[in-house]
Amino acid sequence: MTAAGLVLPMAGEGSHFPPTPGDFWQPLFAIPGTEYYFTRPMALVAIAAVTLMVWLHLTTRRAAIVPGKGQWLTEQVYNFARNGIARDMIGSKDFMPFVPFLFSLFVFILLNNLFGIIPPFQNPAMARIGFPIGLTLLVYVVYHWVGLRKKGSVGAYLGGMLPSGLPGWIKPFILFLELITFFITRPLTLALRLFGNMFAGHMLLVVFIVGGWYLFRTFEPGLMLVAIPAWLLGVALTVFEGLIQFLQAYVFTLLAASYIGGALADEH
Amino acid sequence: MTGDITLLGYGVSTIGPAIAVGLIFAAYINGVARQPEAQGKLQPIAILGFALAEALAIFGLVLFFIAYFTG
Repeated sequence: MTAAGLVLPMAGEGSHFPPTPGDFWQPLFAIPGTEYYFTRPMALVAIAAVTLMVWLHLTTRRAAIVPGKGQWLTEQVYNFARNGIARDMIGSKDFMPFVPFLFSLFVFILLNNLFGIIPPFQNPAMARIGFPIGLTLLVYVVYHWVGLRKKGSVGAYLGGMLPSGLPGWIKPFILFLELITFFITRPLTLALRLFGNMFAGHMLLVVFIVGGWYLFRTFEPGLMLVAIPAWLLGVALTVFEGLIQFLQAYVFTLLAASYIGGALADEH
Repeated sequence: MTGDITLLGYGVSTIGPAIAVGLIFAAYINGVARQPEAQGKLQPIAILGFALAEALAIFGLVLFFIAYFTG
């Protein structure tokens, strides 16, 4: 904590600028019998899961050939995940088994991200690194598993990572690079991208909205005037955040689909 | 004035990915302007490239946190 006091010197003691890890520890209640706590992001994730279950159940319970408004919306989202993500990335031959997985990933991440700008929640759970890591582990296991099953053996799976037509002496080096890509870079970037975007976006909104409040609270005319453009920018950035949140849910699912597609491909 | 140089380092490290993302979308817009019917094909590729280039900035952010809270 060397930069304390740099961001907003006038906020004084007890300020949350810059935030410390303690500011992100928001337990709601202790889980009886254990040393663990039920925290706010856990509650958000649970709310998101229940909301999605109710929404999908209600809109598909009486599915009609001519869809109503609710069913139409669900079908649009489903079509987007099925055709725009799964079919384009995995290929029209064997994408169907992965559609439920990718669709669930997409709507779950999207709703959790949108919680970052929906008023009573105002907190994207994916801004806690644990949640993206969990989702990435699912993707990680799935794409290695389908790759191994498709190729039949570990040797063939590793061989499938190499582009064809390489001279023999360069193969170990390329294999080394490919191993790093498959086992380290891909899961690392997948988790960190979602986390980083959500966290940075959340911080950006906090800086403009809460920072504006700190400026306003000084009751000095000049600083109070500065608070108003800060809040206006906060509104504009909220809209921008909505776009980013949708884009990150899309990108996560798109990359998951492309990794699965890559593992299933015959050639590199 | 006190501070941490890693903060500036992160700011500098975003320049590269920013240029990369700009180049990717410039190429995407060029492609769509020349051949509007190719938009559906180009869009996932552009988003994919954007996500991969952006990963470097995200690495910078995470490394900044590591340096900031351990250093």
